[in-house]
Amino acid sequence: MMRIPILKLHNYLLISIQIDLDDQTAIQFQEDLLKKIHETGATGVVIDLTSVDIVDSYIAKVLGDVVSMSDLMGAKVVLTGIQPAVAITLIDLGIHLKDVPTSLDLEKGLIKLRQELEE
Amino acid sequence: MNNQSCIPIKKEWDIVGARQYGRDIAKNLGFGSVDQARIATAISELARNIYLYAQKGKICFDIVEGVNKKGIKIVAIDEGPGIEEISKVMEDGYTTSGGLGAGLPGIKRLMDDFDIISEVGKGTEITVVKWLR
Repeated sequence: MMRIPILKLHNYLLISIQIDLDDQTAIQFQEDLLKKIHETGATGVVIDLTSVDIVDSYIAKVLGDVVSMSDLMGAKVVLTGIQPAVAITLIDLGIHLKDVPTSLDLEKGLIKLRQELEE
Repeated sequence: MNNQSCIPIKKEWDIVGARQYGRDIAKNLGFGSVDQARIATAISELARNIYLYAQKGKICFDIVEGVNKKGIKIVAIDEGPGIEEISKVMEDGYTTSGGLGAGLPGIKRLMDDFDIISEVGKGTEITVVKWLR
């Protein structure tokens, strides 16, 4: 299992996932992120998936859940950089992640957060 | 031509190992990045089904050649509880795990050919093929 680094930038937390996620790492990340939101009082989170080649149903569930969990705590999460191949396979699998905010890249993700949080 | 090789699925990490192994075979065969992702994702789902329902089993890989075509064949074999009603598990949205896997219809959509043999108390064997376009 690996730990995914979570960076703090002003009121935001930034995460770039750059490894092939196994189940344990994904669950650990979920816990780490929620703890970090609690510790820092962050209001916005960007999870960048530019380097992620595969999102299977389990990883998609963990990511969708962490968005809902953060929302419960009062932090908005945006997923960014989903690759074309990942988007195609998710829809093939029947996973739509409908309530999950997404943006093309990190920059647009931060703009979206700022708009949503009306800062 | 016989290039069959198998990866045992016993622990959670084997799911990642199997999909990386399959992706490498797909890449070497000349599949594009989207199909590589489809194949790797299908392997991930098949391996997770083995891990969740049968605890252990194996995923076997083979290169298949038809008339003017070539593809990758993946067979997921376990000696788990088997599936009672195959028609039911082939319905979208049917789940016994509480939504942990995308289920068999998703795997079928990712691949070109899909075949399942299952016997209650004996186990399940799922064969999928993706052809090079």
